[in-house]
Amino acid sequence: MIKFKLNGRDVSVDVPEDTPLLWALRDELDQTGTKFGCGVGQCGACTVHVGGRATRSCITPISSIEGAEITTIEGLHPEGEHPVQQAWREIQVPQCGYCQSGQIMQAASLLKDYPDPTDEEIDGVMGGSLCRCMTYVRIRKAIKKAAAAMREEKSNG
Amino acid sequence: MIKRLLAGAVGAGVLGGLGFLYYAWYPPIAPIERPAASSFSAEQIERGRIVAAEGYCAECHTRTDNGGGPELAGDYKMETPFGAIYSSNITPDVEMGIGAWSEEALRRSLHYGVSRKGVHLIPAFPYDHFTKMTDQDISDLYAYLMTRPAVHMSRRPNELPFPLSLRIGQAAWKLLFFTPGVYKPDPSHDALWNRGAYLAEGNAHCGACHTPRNLMGAEKKGSMYDGAVVDAWIAPPLNDKNPTPTTWTEDELYQYLRFGVAPLHGPAGGPMSPVPHRFLSQVPEYDVHAIAHYYADVDHAAERQGHDKAALARAMEQSKKDLIGPNTLDPDARLYQGACGACHYNAAPMPVLGRPDLALNNALWLDEPTNLYQVMLHGLTAEEGQSGIAMPSFYNALSDADMARIAAYLRRTRTTLPPWTDLEKKAAEIRKTVKTPPVNSSH
Repeated sequence: MIKFKLNGRDVSVDVPEDTPLLWALRDELDQTGTKFGCGVGQCGACTVHVGGRATRSCITPISSIEGAEITTIEGLHPEGEHPVQQAWREIQVPQCGYCQSGQIMQAASLLKDYPDPTDEEIDGVMGGSLCRCMTYVRIRKAIKKAAAAMREEKSNG
Repeated sequence: MIKRLLAGAVGAGVLGGLGFLYYAWYPPIAPIERPAASSFSAEQIERGRIVAAEGYCAECHTRTDNGGGPELAGDYKMETPFGAIYSSNITPDVEMGIGAWSEEALRRSLHYGVSRKGVHLIPAFPYDHFTKMTDQDISDLYAYLMTRPAVHMSRRPNELPFPLSLRIGQAAWKLLFFTPGVYKPDPSHDALWNRGAYLAEGNAHCGACHTPRNLMGAEKKGSMYDGAVVDAWIAPPLNDKNPTPTTWTEDELYQYLRFGVAPLHGPAGGPMSPVPHRFLSQVPEYDVHAIAHYYADVDHAAERQGHDKAALARAMEQSKKDLIGPNTLDPDARLYQGACGACHYNAAPMPVLGRPDLALNNALWLDEPTNLYQVMLHGLTAEEGQSGIAMPSFYNALSDADMARIAAYLRRTRTTLPPWTDLEKKAAEIRKTVKTPPVNSSH
């Protein structure tokens, strides 16, 4: 039995220790917002936060997150109003949408490290999150918009 | 004449043999009634808890294979070049553990490597370090061990081949390599340094992993802290041979030993993982500062750290190499970006904690890619390194060839050292040491 915190609540799953976190999230805990992409940690679609850091859940064994705090796209904001989500909607980033929850989770983590990211920093961190619809230009735009909104929010106290 | 010479030689041999037997012989110490827990004060037990934590007793005296075992009940499987050996039960069970041991018996085992019954112990039990412990610390440790739950559990028999299985041989080993004696403070250093040296050289037995051993399994005194291979990981040098670009300063060492991650060096992984989280986070801060203070002197941090600023600036510049600007044509860089860049990318001026900078990391600067491969294959759990965050396991995600390409790329672009050789072969070798794949394949 592996125990951890999922989107702020305590959960436990009874699965083999080598089960990928992604399988536990989708099949055991019904959090299907996180997607299976490549299965080898090379595309970013399965990105969730472990202790606030973007992590590829498809190759993270469940045993390694015992006691950790996991956030999925469902828990990023209770009403889906995280500044990154707002910017994503305003700019209409997604096309097919499959990679987008991973993109959003990676972007939210990026903004914690780099509150005012340059194009280079966005490329450096987001380079491992693939989008076959080529929405990259809008992703970059939305990240900058979200960054501005977050800085605004902060300065308004 | 010849007869007299022969007689003399035989006589000397017999005398030498008798002398050795006298040296090797320790009488059994009479068994005692297991002392009542109430015979120890709470303060003494608490001091003993700290001594036990600083010696990592539970690490080697608790079974980890076969589903694990009760704490301190022994049967931990230790792979040695001579064969597997299994640690003893040090809970106060009278039959299986040390319940019948007097305090004197415990003191003798730590100071001289001899069991209560007078049997020479195998130096996998690092009495060559514990011999430096004070009687007071041993007395406190005794109070702690004797008040743990007694576990009636035996260990598996050692797999040492004859004649190594003969314990008399251990006495010969001692004659060659073992100098008993409690730590003597060095008056040319202050109290903090001496506390650190006492712990590091003695109870904490850092050299047991970080000093290379000779063919007989003894630490090479002339190569103290030069680093060594342990459990298919490299225990890096703790002296000024440590190759990381920024110095292991007292503060970096303290962060690493106390919290499991040094901001400018990276997290503790592999066999080192439990040292911070399970043990050194549970002892007085002063003691961890003392160990850090001591090793900052051992590695001559004060004389070397002048270069750190430039090394840090260089590393931060290297960190983004090939990951920004127009897409790179280097396929190795693209592989790295897809697999690693999302976390292992940093922008100036400092790496972000939890975004470890590989250009600064020990693993890239060691002579072999061993530790880099180990971390790629295992990942790091939320309980290792920086608490609460995890690195995935790339065991199924990267082939040996992929791992070799990433290793070559990082060595080429993040360090100033010559390339590693035979990278794919070494990846396969390290992969073989991972007994159970850490993560199920998604395919």
